[in-house]
Amino acid sequence: MKTIHSIAAAFLALGLVSCGGDKKTDSVPTASTETTATAESSGTNAYDPKRGIGKHENVDVSTFDPAMAAEGRKLAEVKCTSCHKPTEEKLVGPGWKGVTQRQTPEWIMNFITNPDPMIDVDPELQKQLELCLVRMPNQGLNDTEARQILEYMREIDGAK
Amino acid sequence: MKSLKFFGLGSVMALLLVSGCKPKGTETAVTGDAAERVYVAPGKYDEYYNFVSGGFNGQVNVYGLPSGRLLKVLPVFSQNPENGYGYSEETKPMLETSHGFIPWDDQHHLSLSQTNGEVDGRWLFANANNTPRVARLDLKTFKTVEILEIPNSAGNHSSPFLTENTEYVVAGTRFAVPTDDQSGDVPIESFKSNFKGVLSFIGIDKQSGEMDLSFQIEAPGINFDLSHAGKKKSGDWFFFSCYNSEKANTLLEVNASQNDKDFIMAVNWKKAAELVKAGKGRKVTTEYAHNKFDESTHTATSTMKKEVIVLSVEDMKDAMFMIPCPKSPHGCDVDPTGEYIVGSGKLAALIPVFSFDKMIKAIADKNFAGEFDGVKVIKYEAALHGEVQKPGLGPLHTEFDGKGNAYTSMFVSSEVVKWNIKDLKVLDRQPTFYSVGHLMIPGGDSAKPFGKYLVAYNKITKDRYLPTGPELAQSAQLYDISGDKMKLLLDFPTFGEPHYAQALPGDMLKDQVKFFRIEDNKHPYATKGEAESKVVREGNKVHVYMTSIRSHFAPDNIEGIRVGDEVYFHVTNLEQDWDIPHGFAIKGAQNAELLIMPGETCTLKWMPKKPGMYPMYCTDFCSALHQEMQGYVRVSPAGSNTPLIYSLNNKKDNAQSPVKAGETK
Ligand SMILES: [Cu+2]
Repeated sequence: MKTIHSIAAAFLALGLVSCGGDKKTDSVPTASTETTATAESSGTNAYDPKRGIGKHENVDVSTFDPAMAAEGRKLAEVKCTSCHKPTEEKLVGPGWKGVTQRQTPEWIMNFITNPDPMIDVDPELQKQLELCLVRMPNQGLNDTEARQILEYMREIDGAK
Repeated sequence: MKSLKFFGLGSVMALLLVSGCKPKGTETAVTGDAAERVYVAPGKYDEYYNFVSGGFNGQVNVYGLPSGRLLKVLPVFSQNPENGYGYSEETKPMLETSHGFIPWDDQHHLSLSQTNGEVDGRWLFANANNTPRVARLDLKTFKTVEILEIPNSAGNHSSPFLTENTEYVVAGTRFAVPTDDQSGDVPIESFKSNFKGVLSFIGIDKQSGEMDLSFQIEAPGINFDLSHAGKKKSGDWFFFSCYNSEKANTLLEVNASQNDKDFIMAVNWKKAAELVKAGKGRKVTTEYAHNKFDESTHTATSTMKKEVIVLSVEDMKDAMFMIPCPKSPHGCDVDPTGEYIVGSGKLAALIPVFSFDKMIKAIADKNFAGEFDGVKVIKYEAALHGEVQKPGLGPLHTEFDGKGNAYTSMFVSSEVVKWNIKDLKVLDRQPTFYSVGHLMIPGGDSAKPFGKYLVAYNKITKDRYLPTGPELAQSAQLYDISGDKMKLLLDFPTFGEPHYAQALPGDMLKDQVKFFRIEDNKHPYATKGEAESKVVREGNKVHVYMTSIRSHFAPDNIEGIRVGDEVYFHVTNLEQDWDIPHGFAIKGAQNAELLIMPGETCTLKWMPKKPGMYPMYCTDFCSALHQEMQGYVRVSPAGSNTPLIYSLNNKKDNAQSPVKAGETK
């Protein structure tokens, strides 16, 4: 970790990265996903940095659901906390504290369920990549799980 | 083989240039666009998966067709240092047998599971020749998930061949042997009275694919070579080629070639199964291992079974017949319609083709020539559809294109010969430039061959590639068979000796498992999340519950291990993405390294021999920080009281790292 000093990252990136020359690029495209990703990333004009790339939009966060947050915490302990702390402290990826104030709910849910295509085009994520040299791994979250983790993040940020 | 020297460079270009030098009738063997037709551009997939037996390396090798690119080596009967198969605690039981742990074998034939006679992409079956076993591989994961040992057998050669709905897989013994309940401690002179040729019928569960040795048939003590099930109208029958009907036991190359004809044995497996159901057969006490790999616990278990039901020749008198077949038949291949059975007499100068309808009629008419050890022998002409005259020298195997044509490999004259099944006329012949053994058309032994390509695999290879010492690369050649004439497209090296192969279209395997869901991991030592990682001492056994994720282990430092301890590293890969395995290696480990797939748990047993500091690390480059994925294990002398502690140094200042105490039970 000696090459990484800054914990000032103001946004979310959860995992580790491979440099371009690495054996692995983290995403191993099938013929079909490759086409999709290219199609989506080619239209940089169309990229909405508030929403990201993915199926999630208009996520309703008007009320806080503690049960959902509790589930989210359990999930995070299996899939996320190897790399992220619930504080501001950076581990492999940035700490989660404050993330829901910096990013929209739909951006977060899209990113945690669809990290690779977003890392390829999102300007903030690109900056994060240069800093961490770490791509956030796709941890195979389904929609419900992603929503539960978002609720847990909201709880960290003080949602009640 | 007079043109052999010309082909020494083995390149496609060389083939193009000298194509005029080939034996008569082969002018069109290579055409100008051959390279283009086997070229698979970056990012594009091959059209077919080609599963090729690894012969004496005990593995199965997966190639893409038409490129001939090696995609993967699947360990089946041999330990594999690449991923710890047969070395890790979870996979060691896969290689248990009644003779103990046997981590190698001679892997000959393969069969893809079928539904209605067509390949269905579910499982691949493989045989072990030496210590008789049949394995099942799951094509969702390309993993060996089951191995069943075959009792009362030796040289499990006519195996594993499948019925058209994957009801049974057979394993016919090559060596006649005394059965397991008779002592094998007998004079070899008693061969004719004591030795039997046992055929095993392994039932396959329709849903799970799980194998069960349903029954065996104690046939005469001759050698069973190859087999194929019938299909459609002949679907209830199995056909086995037999040699050494002389029952010789010395200098077989002379003594087993005395009779003008050996046999194809026809067995009605459906009737045999009914006989067993009706209570026929004797229970034979024996011992054989049944090994299963559970994909939710990522762990194999081995169970020893003690008994098998054996039907006698007498039980089978209306369900088992011999058909005379010229000299030492090898291949025994049934065409896609199920009507024609091709026997390839490797010492015969012709190919006999039998008719299923005629065989049934001969049985009904009692058109028999006599008996062989109590088995009725059908008159040769009564079952014969006809003979392919002068097909070449040394016919071995036949596959079909689904358009009424058969393709036979000719070992002695080194060629593939195409002939018409109905009129038995030779249509085309192409040289193989080495002594060809097996050949394969995708789906070519099923009711629905795909019929576009044919691959010929060598038996004896010479002069195809850059020499590699006395042992040369084994070889396969790809032909385009879509037109009237076969066209040679490509040479590619294989692991040897490639005894047989199966292939299916790549797009048939759509439901591949890309990673194991961590939620579904039922391994008893799984660590689901770093918070659960721990170190537990139970006497001299220490269990390390360890996780790996890009780019660290948890824990990454352990102290308090002592010489004399058995340390079990249970490593769970927490990744949930495609193709992010992590490796695990520790200095001085005497069994293996591990390669752990996303969501999987694997266990390495480690017994340090001397005190010291032992680094461990990830062997599979997993991210830009892969090289940082490491840790240490401190080993103290036996009897010392170094406290058992572990840590994950997740602060920049090592001194502040959280240190946890291990549990002691
Ligand atoms: Cu790694």
